[in-house]
Amino acid sequence: MTQLIDIENVTADPGRLVEEGRVHKSLYSNPEIFAQELDRIFNKTWVWVAHESEVAEAGAYKTAFVGRQPVIVSRDRKKNIHVLLNRCRHRGATVCEGKRGKTRAFTCPYHGWGYALDGELRAIPKPEEYEGVIDKQELPLERLRHESYQGMIFATFNEEAEPLEEFLGGAKKWIDLFMKQSGGYPLQVLGDHRFRFPGNWKIQLENTTDAYHFPIVHKSFISSLDDQTSEVFDFLDGEGFVEDLGNGHSVMVMIPELVDLEANLDDPIPERFAELAEALRAEGHDEAEVRRLVRAVGGSGFNLNLFPNVACSMAFFRVLTPISVDETEIHHVAIGGAGAPAPFNQMRLRLHEHFQGPMGFGTPDDAEGWERVQKGSLAGPDGWILVNRGLKRMAPSADGNPAGAVCSETGMRAAYQMWKRLMSDEAGE
Amino acid sequence: MADSMFQQAIDFINREADLLDHKAYAEWLGLWERDGKYVVPVDIHATDFANTLNFAYDDHAMREMRVARLKNGESVSSEAQEGTVRSLSRFRLLDEDPASIRLRCAMFLSEVRLAKPLLYPANVEYRLTKTAEGLRLDTKVVRLINAGHHLNTVAFIF
Repeated sequence: MTQLIDIENVTADPGRLVEEGRVHKSLYSNPEIFAQELDRIFNKTWVWVAHESEVAEAGAYKTAFVGRQPVIVSRDRKKNIHVLLNRCRHRGATVCEGKRGKTRAFTCPYHGWGYALDGELRAIPKPEEYEGVIDKQELPLERLRHESYQGMIFATFNEEAEPLEEFLGGAKKWIDLFMKQSGGYPLQVLGDHRFRFPGNWKIQLENTTDAYHFPIVHKSFISSLDDQTSEVFDFLDGEGFVEDLGNGHSVMVMIPELVDLEANLDDPIPERFAELAEALRAEGHDEAEVRRLVRAVGGSGFNLNLFPNVACSMAFFRVLTPISVDETEIHHVAIGGAGAPAPFNQMRLRLHEHFQGPMGFGTPDDAEGWERVQKGSLAGPDGWILVNRGLKRMAPSADGNPAGAVCSETGMRAAYQMWKRLMSDEAGE
Repeated sequence: MADSMFQQAIDFINREADLLDHKAYAEWLGLWERDGKYVVPVDIHATDFANTLNFAYDDHAMREMRVARLKNGESVSSEAQEGTVRSLSRFRLLDEDPASIRLRCAMFLSEVRLAKPLLYPANVEYRLTKTAEGLRLDTKVVRLINAGHHLNTVAFIF
């Protein structure tokens, strides 16, 4: 006997794919959901594109992506910042392919249309054929709305989006704290590590607020540390916490004593930074400066996850770009102090190389886990991803936000509730 | 007739490649001068490696830790890594003095990830020191042609 089975298409309704403590595995593997995410999340909310130090001087530019759309972040001759769609208004070629650099203009390689740093169309070869046809003033590179907070530049396609500071809300306090790690100098991007993994972007989003995996996945990294430092990274039983900051943002405090890098400057200098302290003293820096720099050099004791694409992650910016439903590009952006003593920035570079990037002692093991999550998401006709760890042990934080233990999945739940809110909006507004 | 110093250097480098492909990491560590540097730059034009971000900038201690990580069974990506095959060619002598020899070559390295072969072409530059015990590795700089874009994660030594 043949019986028709009533199959419910749960994937058609984003609102039903996210429950309080679990999310449907199709969130990692369904191309239709991915297409909707680009439309309803990346094209609608604030997306991080650059830090101002990456375009510090007049004429500087950096290329980036808002979702999958290529943009240019530029600084014009009056030092104003612009976020421009990287697409010539003539036949649509990208006008800039460099990672970052300095230029006087963006010239399309196809027919030579030239745009100023503010996006204005300045030059058209053989313009006479356009007489009475087009007006140059009407064809600048399309500009995205952008706003900055503490040097972090965010852009959006959505003219109706709330002001950036409102969107960041409770996360602002943590961004302020994060910025203290440049040791009293202006924060400066020192370079970035770029890699891709064959998995969905939300697997990375979750990982930034996942302390639970640290001692398991990063055992080999912890083994490579001295005893004192490995104790610092043994934080699962400590006083840390994860706090839901609203709008999908969350902070995971792993090392509470490293939340405020301008406090406790009289603490003993950790063994692993003794050599740095000596090098700074040898350069003639006074003891107060030495202590400030040593305290800042290892970064903040927390990961701040900003929905949807950037994290202020201990000592670097972690940026994700969705490539396809099952491929994601990640940038680990190294930061230091502009004009800070060379030994300080060198130590920050070496610490970054130690854990971050495709050859770091941390990332390859993370990626192995993520690849397996993606692969596993194809197993079975149905299935759920659990994000309910610590669900029944929540308590209000000092700021009155929902908070759980450091190894709770509070931050993931915060991100998925925001995902649900944006994805459930049929109009995408 | 004894091999020229250039040929001896090529033999040394080929042996180094063989040790890495066969995961003979303890022996590989033994090829190095203690103060030597193993570098995989992000910017293939960089020369001031200490003051720029690299994928790897290993002194003796970092090399030992990198090897320990690949071997001690604690790293899931290292355990999953199935092996590499690399081929070196186009050797060119850059310069030579009584104490050292510098040369560069092309490297094609392949590994298998999720059943797919991946290729990592690179220009590799070496500085070898001449010692009473033979040649020693002082500097190895691996300039991956894709370094300026994105890599996959790496659980081996270039």
